Amino acid sequence: MNAFLAIVRRDLLLAARRKSEVFTALFFFMIVVSLFPLGIGPESATLRRIAPGVLWVAALLAAMLSLNRLFAADHQDGTLEQMSLSPTPLALLVSGKVLAHWLTAGLPLVLLAPVLGLQFDLSPRSLGVLMISLLLGTPVLSLVGAIGAALTLGVRGGGVLLSLLVLPLYIPALIFGAGAVEADLAGLGAGGHLSLLGALLALGVFFAPWAATAALRIALE
Amino acid sequence: MSQRLINWFKFASPASFYPLAGTLWPWFAGLASVLCAVGLWISFFVAPTDFQQGEGYRIIFIHVPASWMSMFIYCVMAFWAAIGITFNTRLSGMMSSALAPTGALFAFLSLWTGALWGKPMWGAWWVWDARLTSELILFFLYIGYIALTSAIDDPRRADKAGAIVALVGVINVPIIYFSVKWWNTLHQGASVSMTKAPTMATTMLWGMLIMALAFWMYSIAIALYRVRAIILERERHATWVAELPEMQR
Repeated sequence: MNAFLAIVRRDLLLAARRKSEVFTALFFFMIVVSLFPLGIGPESATLRRIAPGVLWVAALLAAMLSLNRLFAADHQDGTLEQMSLSPTPLALLVSGKVLAHWLTAGLPLVLLAPVLGLQFDLSPRSLGVLMISLLLGTPVLSLVGAIGAALTLGVRGGGVLLSLLVLPLYIPALIFGAGAVEADLAGLGAGGHLSLLGALLALGVFFAPWAATAALRIALE
Repeated sequence: MSQRLINWFKFASPASFYPLAGTLWPWFAGLASVLCAVGLWISFFVAPTDFQQGEGYRIIFIHVPASWMSMFIYCVMAFWAAIGITFNTRLSGMMSSALAPTGALFAFLSLWTGALWGKPMWGAWWVWDARLTSELILFFLYIGYIALTSAIDDPRRADKAGAIVALVGVINVPIIYFSVKWWNTLHQGASVSMTKAPTMATTMLWGMLIMALAFWMYSIAIALYRVRAIILERERHATWVAELPEMQR
């Protein structure tokens, strides 16, 4: 457990030293979300209708942008190899890295989303549902993304390849996340969607570090 | 060990599988062409005209078997991936990568014929039906697998990475299918019902099954043919390859 916390602390510290990477993804999220009203038009009824989908797709893309750096630096300077040799199970360390990734790439999106949701004329209650859905969904993005990041480690054209691998796997999270907000807008309860998102998260927490570890071991061979 | 038992692990070695695949694939190819001829004959001349959809429904004989095969091949790919990871056999990865293009082809064929069928029947090339959408995502998964394995230079690493993608994908396929299904029903209500006529004529069913068998045999034949090419490419420095009669020329 100590090693887990140490990894989280270390990765957070590294992110704090290189703030620009965190903020780039965040501003990307803001810009993409702001582009949609410009492309579609300012009618608030339309905007409210597309808001859940737009915010969720933008969150997907922003979370994906930062996946590249999840293992790349550690792979380059050999830290990853040392981690795989350490007595602590690699899966635990990978979980720590994923948690740190979520804290720097996922959590800011959750906190920023309601502000952007205001641009789309969402009601306070829908904003709350949006936040909860992102809170449950963005960890899934980090977890599934870690598998893709580990698989494309040190591969030619890794960035585009990563999106090709990971985006289809993000679809369930997108459907239930955006669906929760939409169901709330339509006056139906969002509970069902949020429960399913929670189920995805539970599955992801259990399986993803394990799969990512297997992929890392292949990359380290 | 009993003498009569076939030692399956013997064929896990590319050197002994190569001649086996060489003797097997023409048989499967022959079966595929015979079944395809019979199936097409049934579907064009024997099966009755559908009283609602007219002659246009006959595309079902290509469309449905292609969709079945695209899903089935993904499962077979995942099976070989699992074998490859557990037993660390070289051949399993080669089988997976030999199957992937055929699976992608069938997924594409199923989408393409689906669009051609949808236009006259529903008046739209594409609807966001759960089955269409999950077939499209399956196609993306195939493309992702092919892209990853071809981007990695070391074939052993490519096989293992591909195996993980295939296994992660096979866990995700049902999740994706159900999420798309629920999305569709919650989203817009079933605008188009894909359920066929409840009582399908027996000849239609036979035609479809024979076509499915034909596609199945074709997949086996082409996968064996392709795996031979992959074996030759990867083992080109091995002595047994140099001693092959086809290499003597």
